[in-house]
Amino acid sequence: MSMYGQVFVKNNQYKLKGVFHHLTPNTPIRNADDGWKLMGVTNPRDMTYIHSYGGEAIFFESLSQGKLLATRCDNPDCETSGTIYIPFRIHCPDCLAKNTVIDLTDIAKKTARVHTFMTCARSGAFNLLDKPIRFINIEFDGVATILMSYLSIGDPTIGMKVVPIFKTCGPTFTILDLSWVPKGTGQGQLPEGFSF
Amino acid sequence: MITFSKQQLKIPQLQRPVYLVTAGQSKFDRAFPDKRIEELCIDAFTMAAGLLDISPAELKRYIHSCYYGHFADHFGDQLLGESVIHDRLGLDPLGNVGVKTGGATGGSTIWEGMKAVASGYSDCVLVMGWERMDEVPTDEGNFLISCAADKDWESPLGHIYTGYYAVMAQRYWQIFGKSEESFRKTLAEIAVKHHGYARFNPFAQSPMKITVDDVLKSPIVAYPLRTLDCCLMSVGAACTILCDEDTAVKLTKNSKNKPLRIWVAAGSHTLRPADRRDMAIPLLPHETADQYKDLGERFPGGERYPGFTGFLAARMAAYYGYGMAGITNPMEDLDVLELHDAFTISDVQTYEDIGLRPYGYGRNYVESGDCYHTNPHTGKPGKLPSNLSGGLIGCMHAVGATGIMQTFEIATHIWDRWAEIHGDAKLWQQFNREKPEDWTNLQVKGAKRGMAISHAGVGSHVTSTILMDPDHLMKKDA
Repeated sequence: MSMYGQVFVKNNQYKLKGVFHHLTPNTPIRNADDGWKLMGVTNPRDMTYIHSYGGEAIFFESLSQGKLLATRCDNPDCETSGTIYIPFRIHCPDCLAKNTVIDLTDIAKKTARVHTFMTCARSGAFNLLDKPIRFINIEFDGVATILMSYLSIGDPTIGMKVVPIFKTCGPTFTILDLSWVPKGTGQGQLPEGFSF
Repeated sequence: MITFSKQQLKIPQLQRPVYLVTAGQSKFDRAFPDKRIEELCIDAFTMAAGLLDISPAELKRYIHSCYYGHFADHFGDQLLGESVIHDRLGLDPLGNVGVKTGGATGGSTIWEGMKAVASGYSDCVLVMGWERMDEVPTDEGNFLISCAADKDWESPLGHIYTGYYAVMAQRYWQIFGKSEESFRKTLAEIAVKHHGYARFNPFAQSPMKITVDDVLKSPIVAYPLRTLDCCLMSVGAACTILCDEDTAVKLTKNSKNKPLRIWVAAGSHTLRPADRRDMAIPLLPHETADQYKDLGERFPGGERYPGFTGFLAARMAAYYGYGMAGITNPMEDLDVLELHDAFTISDVQTYEDIGLRPYGYGRNYVESGDCYHTNPHTGKPGKLPSNLSGGLIGCMHAVGATGIMQTFEIATHIWDRWAEIHGDAKLWQQFNREKPEDWTNLQVKGAKRGMAISHAGVGSHVTSTILMDPDHLMKKDA
């Protein structure tokens, strides 16, 4: 039995394997200033959620294959037809028609630049990125939106040209599989598991 | 460029006037090991009844429906917490509903209560908000808060909201602050002001006598934002009672509280800032399109609206709210404000969104001294003081209660009861807090009109709550 909960889908139903929660006893909370009287209890809980990416699954799968996908409204009757979205939008926010999936990798490699950034010395619990985290928000030519991601190498500046890198070796299948480095960075400098 | 339709831009109308007659709140603190949340809600309700000089039981007889603001079930680890509070307040069999819009939950809950009275469904409603954020350590708290960001696209990137605001701070600082150290100091002055005003508020969690230097040397959370630039994580409750005119007259007949007219409006924008698309700046009544034609020339990079430097939701909440209440220029028509200072940078951004200053010039609201109770440059009253409670940075951010606390504060000024309530020695003692020897009366003299801004996420929901003395309305048919 695996110590981690694992899931696959068969006949459009979830099939579960392994342990999905770990039992930890609760303990009393007592008042050290008042004769150790009872004030409450701890409630430990360790759960694994089962989350569907739905129509965005193709985006996260593609990151592990070194591709950055976006979507575009191609509805000729939509007043914002032709608008390109990344983050990936399954449906056009205006006409609600299903968007066309497009490969944005080349445009990203040629035109991505930092719109704004920040360096984060702390994170919330359960965060997996190394500190400090260098958040960057990225503009692309011809794209209506500004993608949030993180820079793996160097110090960000507004307007800095960056290129995407992908965790193709040992992917997590999350947004963390996409990162960025300054244009001109060599393959040998990339973090473990990442490639252009 | 996206546009909005005429129907979407219609100014909302109430079917009948709505009045705020009283409000109350609990002590706010980082943790309450000795109290359950319903005890704090009952403290708030009891105070609201006390300000009307009636018993809680008597006040309850007037209430017809209840609106509960509680954002984060996972913090309190109690689904349907609204039902717990409703039961402990003994308000069966009245209809009640929970409201959740992140940091704007308090404002949105008042919005719902106002609509119930305005429509005629109820003649008197309870609006109660609370949050319990002490059931997990702070870093897990930051994780839980970050769950309000998009869980696939944003939350994994740091699991910390301060980071999501810091990218805005960086962009704003470089474009509109022109990377000037003086702009960073202006941000720090906001933190000094809010922690400082909290010293005179017995309810407040983080009173501090600090300097700009202290803020600039406080630990970095997400550069350029430092610990003292950030709002608090809190526990507490706040409530208010809204009525139609007849009920308002009855409930206040033996009280110093005057019924206050209330309008609440709401706006929204994308949960992910990444999804923001360009648009023309929606204009407030005192603005013209011409004044923004050359914004990108004056501030290179600032031509993209709202980009990462404006909050469309705040602008729309102001647009609808000003239209409802007849406000044509907030700097001239309002006397006191409570703004959602989740971070010093978002405070400055909001000055522009709600029209205290044009886009690009928000810092001037602080640097001119207009934002202070007493203008430090002239020694005279500030033109439009804000966050005299201490705001989210100095007083509290018990999320579901925050917008209601802000509204309570505005009401105390218009009732001319700020000093009576905040200076009450018994209250300081009851909260086990020391009233400072230099305690200062922050009552805004002659205040007749005020506004509270309640704000969620990175600008996903914003409400404007406007209160006015009914003898000092901006338009007769409001």
